[in-house]
Amino acid sequence: MAMKFEKTGDGTYMLDVCGFVCPHPQIYTKKSLEKMKEGEILEVIFDNPSSKETITQMCEQAGHEILEERTEGGKIILKIEKG
Amino acid sequence: MENLEKRNEMWAFIITGVLILISFIYYSINIYYIYLIVYIWFGFAYGMMLQYGRFCFASASRDLFAAGVPRMAVGIMIALIFFSIVQAILSATNMSTFHPAPFGIHMLIAGTIFGLGMVLAGGCASGSLYKIGEGNGTSILAVIFGLSLGQAIFVDVGGIFDKLVPQSWTESALSKKWIPSYILKSGWFDQYLVGYVWNQPQYTIAKLISGGNPKAIHYFIGNSLINAIIPAILILIVVYIKWVRKGFIKKRRKQKGTTGLSDELAGIWSMITASKRTSLMGVLIGITAGIHILAIKAMQVKFAVNNFGQLLTRMGHGLDFSAKSKLYDPAFTGTLSEIKKIVGDVTVGNTVFDPGYWYITSQEAQFGAWILEKLGWNMHDNMFFGFVNGIPELWRNPALWMSLGIIFGSMVMARLQNEFRFKWPRGELYVWGIVGGLLMGFGSRPSLGCNIGAFFIRAAGGDPNGWVYGAGMVLGAFLGVKFFNWWTERKMAKEMAEL
Repeated sequence: MAMKFEKTGDGTYMLDVCGFVCPHPQIYTKKSLEKMKEGEILEVIFDNPSSKETITQMCEQAGHEILEERTEGGKIILKIEKG
Repeated sequence: MENLEKRNEMWAFIITGVLILISFIYYSINIYYIYLIVYIWFGFAYGMMLQYGRFCFASASRDLFAAGVPRMAVGIMIALIFFSIVQAILSATNMSTFHPAPFGIHMLIAGTIFGLGMVLAGGCASGSLYKIGEGNGTSILAVIFGLSLGQAIFVDVGGIFDKLVPQSWTESALSKKWIPSYILKSGWFDQYLVGYVWNQPQYTIAKLISGGNPKAIHYFIGNSLINAIIPAILILIVVYIKWVRKGFIKKRRKQKGTTGLSDELAGIWSMITASKRTSLMGVLIGITAGIHILAIKAMQVKFAVNNFGQLLTRMGHGLDFSAKSKLYDPAFTGTLSEIKKIVGDVTVGNTVFDPGYWYITSQEAQFGAWILEKLGWNMHDNMFFGFVNGIPELWRNPALWMSLGIIFGSMVMARLQNEFRFKWPRGELYVWGIVGGLLMGFGSRPSLGCNIGAFFIRAAGGDPNGWVYGAGMVLGAFLGVKFFNWWTERKMAKEMAEL
């Protein structure tokens, strides 16, 4: 199992932390966003339900916008625009 | 997708149905088992609420330090406030099963170890149980290898560890002649428990402010207001100022130009309502934990007992009083089969672990000890199991049924929300699960409880020990977050280098 952080296009990134439990998904999301520029998009894929609440609130407080939220077969996918 | 939802719904009904069936079977065997059934269903309710509210004590300080998110810290303080009020009502009406614990620095040390462990394992003691219900394999490792087997071994080892015990503890322990000599022969934890912990004073604020004879008003003012509500409100204010205020007031200034006290209060309210499901579950958990105490006390009154062990003995699974004196014979060797023949499921004192309220780790230690005894390890020759908690057969262990109830309650809720997914740990998670679980186990025994038994129940019950343990948990969590920050930064740097 490995965490994946990839550039998927111009100003878009993907963070895959499936298989990881708390606190890894939220810490990796925070660190990924810290390394990105304002306006860039991060798609986070994880399967630890408890991390969703924390990531959502973290984004709200830091001024990042959650553009999309969906689930696919137990995986949670959040599309976040860095604010 | 629709198939998945239907399958999950079906599983939720099957699990609930099986638990109902088990309850009926117990009830039909003996009415005394209603005691055990009550534990099952309170556990089930806790499990549902914990999962729905993502209610994990590890998350409280960890997410504050790691992500600046106050959601869980807020939820716990709300639960604590409501639970303390219900506890005060129960104490005032003499319907409480709560008892304070020996006060001392050991609480802070144990809390720190536990706090570090819960961050590594990805969940506290109660959080790990509800996460098992979500299918989290790392939590299974933490509970089985750390909290169960690790804890059982921790309280039973002797040999070289005995040499670390101060002479004064050993002397104090040996002076207590009401403990059979085979129990105190070896084992560092026995000396620690009997020779140190039991010599420490026990406090509740109600007792302190009443001069030792509390009345209803002292429970409300001392235990609830002074020991729980005021500290909880102060913590909420500190969390608001440190983590929430800056962003909230900045937004308000943009909208209104100036801000005042009403904006600060609005900021605190927005922090409380930011995660409605966590805050709502905080209220419900607080009230449920109080009703749980009432339900257990009511059964104790009905059956005229103060511990389930007495009922086990009445049902023929407990102490053989006619042979009890053999245990106090200095020549008694204390082999497992000899002891088991006399005590059965219970202890020398005819009790089993029956906290009377929400508790997690002691029953997990009993589970570990039960497994080790089946492998031939004598777990009855120590204080923790032989004298204080007993090792009932798993199917007659009330508190263990509460833990199973938590797992199944959480599983039902996770299934209903389509959030159940079995995830067997891989890679580094093996290490975090087992090491974190072991640290939680080691950190819950010296304090005689975990995030629930040592912090939540005690802080709400008027015992200042709860806050000492809580402070340790926060310190341990801070260290754990520091470590994980370093660890993830290192891994991110590798990933970024490839871009």
